[in-house]
Amino acid sequence: MAVDTGRGVRADSQRWGHARRGRKVRERAVEVLLAACAYLSVLTTFGIVLVLLFETLQFFQKVSIVEFLTSTTWTAAFPGPTAEYGIWALVSGTVVTTVVASIVALPIGLGAAIYLSEYSPTRLRSWLKPALEVLAGVPTIVFGFFALTFVTPLLQKFIPGIQGFNALSPGLVMGIMIIPTVASVSEDSIYAVPRALREGAYALGATKREVATRIVVPAALSGIVASFILGISRAVGETMIVTVAGGSYAHFSFDPRESIQTMTAFIVQVARGETSRGSITYDTIFAVGMALFVLTLILNIISYVFVRRYRESYE
Amino acid sequence: MSHGSTEVGRRQRASSFKSSLGVRHTLDRGFTLIVFGATLVGLVVLAILLQDVAVDGIPLIDWHFITSFPSVVPQKAGILPGLVGSLWLLGLTALFAVPIGIGAAVYLEEYAPDNWLTRMVEINISNLAGVPSIVYGLLALGMFVQLLGFLTGGRSLLSGALALSLLVLPVIIIATREALRAIPDTVREGGYALGATRWEVIRGHLLPMALPGALTGVILALSRAIGETAPLIVVGAAAYINFLPEGPRDRFTALPMIIFDWAERPQKEFISLAAAGIVVLMVVLLLANMFAIWLRNRYQRRY
Repeated sequence: MAVDTGRGVRADSQRWGHARRGRKVRERAVEVLLAACAYLSVLTTFGIVLVLLFETLQFFQKVSIVEFLTSTTWTAAFPGPTAEYGIWALVSGTVVTTVVASIVALPIGLGAAIYLSEYSPTRLRSWLKPALEVLAGVPTIVFGFFALTFVTPLLQKFIPGIQGFNALSPGLVMGIMIIPTVASVSEDSIYAVPRALREGAYALGATKREVATRIVVPAALSGIVASFILGISRAVGETMIVTVAGGSYAHFSFDPRESIQTMTAFIVQVARGETSRGSITYDTIFAVGMALFVLTLILNIISYVFVRRYRESYE
Repeated sequence: MSHGSTEVGRRQRASSFKSSLGVRHTLDRGFTLIVFGATLVGLVVLAILLQDVAVDGIPLIDWHFITSFPSVVPQKAGILPGLVGSLWLLGLTALFAVPIGIGAAVYLEEYAPDNWLTRMVEINISNLAGVPSIVYGLLALGMFVQLLGFLTGGRSLLSGALALSLLVLPVIIIATREALRAIPDTVREGGYALGATRWEVIRGHLLPMALPGALTGVILALSRAIGETAPLIVVGAAAYINFLPEGPRDRFTALPMIIFDWAERPQKEFISLAAAGIVVLMVVLLLANMFAIWLRNRYQRRY
């Protein structure tokens, strides 16, 4: 009996020793594996930059970078000796749709954020927020279809001279799509404004509107600006709405009634056709993609800086 | 005289203050209406959109529509390959993105030292969340379709799913991190006190507790993946195929691709078909969401 127990104890402690060594190895392996998952995101960024850079360099061996950045004529859809590659023709399309979307989304998104955080009763809020999330979850192709088949015919009744494909309709719908983004990021920053600031203003006799517009909004301004830039960045990168309802006429114009082509819509137009690797048309979409990536990256970094600023000030 | 003037002045000041208070209250009421209206704008448009699509699309949906291939004859056209393709993409994307996303979140929240490298990874992830989806398509085209085409099969389901996985990873990572951050440190310390290792605490306690939050992120991510069109176009998904994909290296189409193709055609019949396709897409989205919410509630009960 006693011997048995002794053996049992020894066997147990051996098993423990094994288990401990096994555990150490396993712990290390798990950590490395999880770290690999996290660093995959860095790899993704490198992948994007390398792929875009490589193909863009190919493109600039055939087309001068000066022409790309200064010309306002874009005829890349018809490659040949007379083809011109001036990105401003596409940038103007992106600018017009983005400006229209911003005019819709920024004030409405901010208004919704103010209502949700300052005015809405809790129960109503618990219905409104998920409903706005549903709006944010609608696939962009659905918004594109809506812009083409509902909004454009509606606009044609009121605005003379508006074309079947135009920048206004996708811009408006894109604005609606971005409202939830602006509203939710703005609301987060408004929510972070300390209660004491509001109460101080009430004590001085301010009304609710005055507290909202003169105390809360200025105090949350950096977060609100961040939400605006984030919304603009989404509009710049949005693809399907402008492809379906904006047309495919790349030209330098800022008239929202005209058919346009955005940077994203151009990439779709080329990618839909069968273009072989190495052809100049294949390279153009990467050059345009590079311009798009850099533009949205700058916007996102500015937004990030603003978000950090408001976080630091109240936490 | 002077007495009278101060009396008037006082009365004026009092009345101007009174009227100004009235004006301020009126402005307040107006402002309340404006911000309430702003909240409703998006929802009203959403209602119009759903109603518009449903009226146009629902009458066209029948068994034939669900089980047939697209066709140049509108009456014969169906959406089967898109439905099958989208389900394939959904499954493959979940297979790649969920374990990697949760793994990355666990590393960043539980293991990563607080240094510049970790901060760089964090900034990088929040930036990736803002990269336009079409750029992920270009990455997949250059990387998975061209460079690794011998592995992925080129313009295949696998390439499409990899593009979507990278696209939705930040959503899963951010949601899972928030769920992990919400767990009090006492849980971790209790586990360590009983002799559990870091991984044992994570596997046995933290992951189960974080699961509902993580699942919410997964739902959002996969819903986004089902609805994405742009990266699939760039990867080279077909708008029309007359076979069903049988493996991840096969060519494919997806619901949004077919809807896009129909929406671009000039005939009215195809516009209605696009509306019907949208209804199917929205139902798939709804079902995926309901399934995930059910799953989340189940786990929430257990812990």
